[in-house]
Amino acid sequence: MKKLTNSVSRRTVLKVGGVSAMVLAAPGLSRAQAPTVKIGLLQPMTGGFAGDGDLARIGAEYAIKEINDAGGIKSLGGAKLELLIGDSRSNAEAGAQATEQLKADGAAIVVGGFASGISMTATQAAARYELPFIIDCAVSDALMTRNLKNVFRFNPSFSMAADVALKNLVTINDASGKAAKTVAIVHEDGLLGSGLAKLMQARLPALGFEVVEAISHPTPARDMSNVVLRLRSLQPDLIIPSHYFNEFVLFARTLQQQRVKPKGGIYALFGGAASSYRFVKEFPEAAEGVMDVNHWGDPKNPTNDKLMQAVQAAGKFYAYNAPINYSVVKVAAQALEFAKSAESGAIIEALQKNEFDSGVMPYGKSKFDATGQNVNALPLNTQVQGGQIKVIYPEQFAQAKPKFPANG
Amino acid sequence: MYSPTIIFEALMNGLMLGAVYALIALGLTLIYGVLHIVNFAHGALLTVAMYLVWLASDRFGLDPYVAILVVTPLMFAIGYCLQRFIIGPASRGSDNGILLATLGLSIVIQNLLLAGFNSDTRTIATDYAFEIVPLGPLLLSLPRVIGLGVSVVTAVLLWAILNRTDIGKAIRAVAKEKLGASLVGINVAHVYAMTFAIGTACLAIAGGLLMPSFYVSPTTGAAFVLVAFTIVVLGGMGSIPGALIGGLLIGVVEAISSLFLGDSLGQIGIFLIFILVLLVKPTGLFGARA
Repeated sequence: MKKLTNSVSRRTVLKVGGVSAMVLAAPGLSRAQAPTVKIGLLQPMTGGFAGDGDLARIGAEYAIKEINDAGGIKSLGGAKLELLIGDSRSNAEAGAQATEQLKADGAAIVVGGFASGISMTATQAAARYELPFIIDCAVSDALMTRNLKNVFRFNPSFSMAADVALKNLVTINDASGKAAKTVAIVHEDGLLGSGLAKLMQARLPALGFEVVEAISHPTPARDMSNVVLRLRSLQPDLIIPSHYFNEFVLFARTLQQQRVKPKGGIYALFGGAASSYRFVKEFPEAAEGVMDVNHWGDPKNPTNDKLMQAVQAAGKFYAYNAPINYSVVKVAAQALEFAKSAESGAIIEALQKNEFDSGVMPYGKSKFDATGQNVNALPLNTQVQGGQIKVIYPEQFAQAKPKFPANG
Repeated sequence: MYSPTIIFEALMNGLMLGAVYALIALGLTLIYGVLHIVNFAHGALLTVAMYLVWLASDRFGLDPYVAILVVTPLMFAIGYCLQRFIIGPASRGSDNGILLATLGLSIVIQNLLLAGFNSDTRTIATDYAFEIVPLGPLLLSLPRVIGLGVSVVTAVLLWAILNRTDIGKAIRAVAKEKLGASLVGINVAHVYAMTFAIGTACLAIAGGLLMPSFYVSPTTGAAFVLVAFTIVVLGGMGSIPGALIGGLLIGVVEAISSLFLGDSLGQIGIFLIFILVLLVKPTGLFGARA
């Protein structure tokens, strides 16, 4: 057999080698001219929350493209942004691992987290390297009480949202001549639902509502007909639910089937239905009139419409993950601009000291307090009206008037 | 206090849901009665059946009840092959082996479903999902009424298969005395696989009955199979009438205690009855021997 190596002359080897060295070096040269800064996006790309992670990715990529097209980070000589995606695999341990990986891959700042449990471990991992971390939409109050100076939260906390939810409820109800007087709370018996139920039971009576019953159910629930039977017997004016998506589907379907229509309708906090186009599309009749207080993009911001179109073009249902991650990447980019550096310490200081444009979120100017919480974060009230999710409150963002009582 | 109408309606709800529980428990108890193993893959196979019904409806536009006719033979074949070619050989003849094989299978199936369908919740929208059957002052859900009827018919059919057909006789022979059955020329491996197949086919029917009013995600089966295990023990392990009566009883107890105690605490009712039966009659309601 002929030896191939002998047929290649020394000169050829040198020529080929020289050319390939130049080709390989070329990207290095261009990188030296406009350095890139890596932004880590920590999201559940697989597992139970994979759908949420995917929407977040669409939002974040949209922001990165917009920033790079506009010339990158100007204070860093027009540095381009590069998005690194860390998969938290929908669980807390993997969230911490993915954060470590993002650090190892050279992320200057990490945004995301999504769920409270995942954000808890991920921010803890980031704290070890003083890696700046901006949480996108995890609500647990406990996240911001740990005195970690690298951790910031863009979205409202649970108690901030509850305050807004109650205030808006009173306003909407007063405007209708106090149509709703009695309230039933239906909640899952885990941390999320029980926490909300306790808070509502403590605060609703002082606001003039009578809580007739707080009904808890396990997750997963096999059946909601007994819960609905109880509601039929209690006949509350308003139902405040708190459970995960599957249970809400079951609950709303059973309400519809058993012809239980509380006069005031359903008023949810982070409840999903009036902020899930998937639910609205699959169960239009059950969804109609449902109100929700949740993260939501400013409908009057034209970029929000474009994001919505981008999500639909990808064949997905729009939800808050896209606008909130679009916006949190924008905040991270502004922090880099202020910091004039990709060093952790400088970015953290920039986040602490400055005010930021809030992208498409209705937060006005975002400002982080001493604990790292964005003091101007605000959830919006939405209602399903005519098969569309409409913002009904506060007024400066409203697309429609609240239809209350929803079934009056 | 609730009005009698509401209490009676809860009772009917319990009866109707209990019938579907019974159907799931029927397959489980049959497999236990013959193979003497607890089939840990039962919940995962229920999920598979529900996805097949969903696929039939989503891709081919079949009504979920019509889909039962297609999915049942399919699940029968899946069950037969699983036992004949995977669980049987993997267990190497030991009961512990079968137990572990079914446990492993359930993990594999669940993760395959997760990979194939991701974790989105799937539902089937039918015109009649929200229909009700007014019975005097009672409003009964149409899919639930159909569920009750089909479950009872299936239980009777299953009883007839076991008592009136050759394969039924062979199944009963193997259940009673494996060695003796093989001595008279019964192919034990085939009978095991047939039993597993029938048990799995029951899940196809249960899946079809659940889909018009329920959702499916890769972990859905687990919610039902825990209660099915309880029913199997309550009714007497391996007993067909035990599973049917046990299922109906658990459904009613769950509904009534949920009505009075709330859904979270209502689960207590199930386990109180369960412990009571175990104390008074350890073999279960219809169990012949321990």
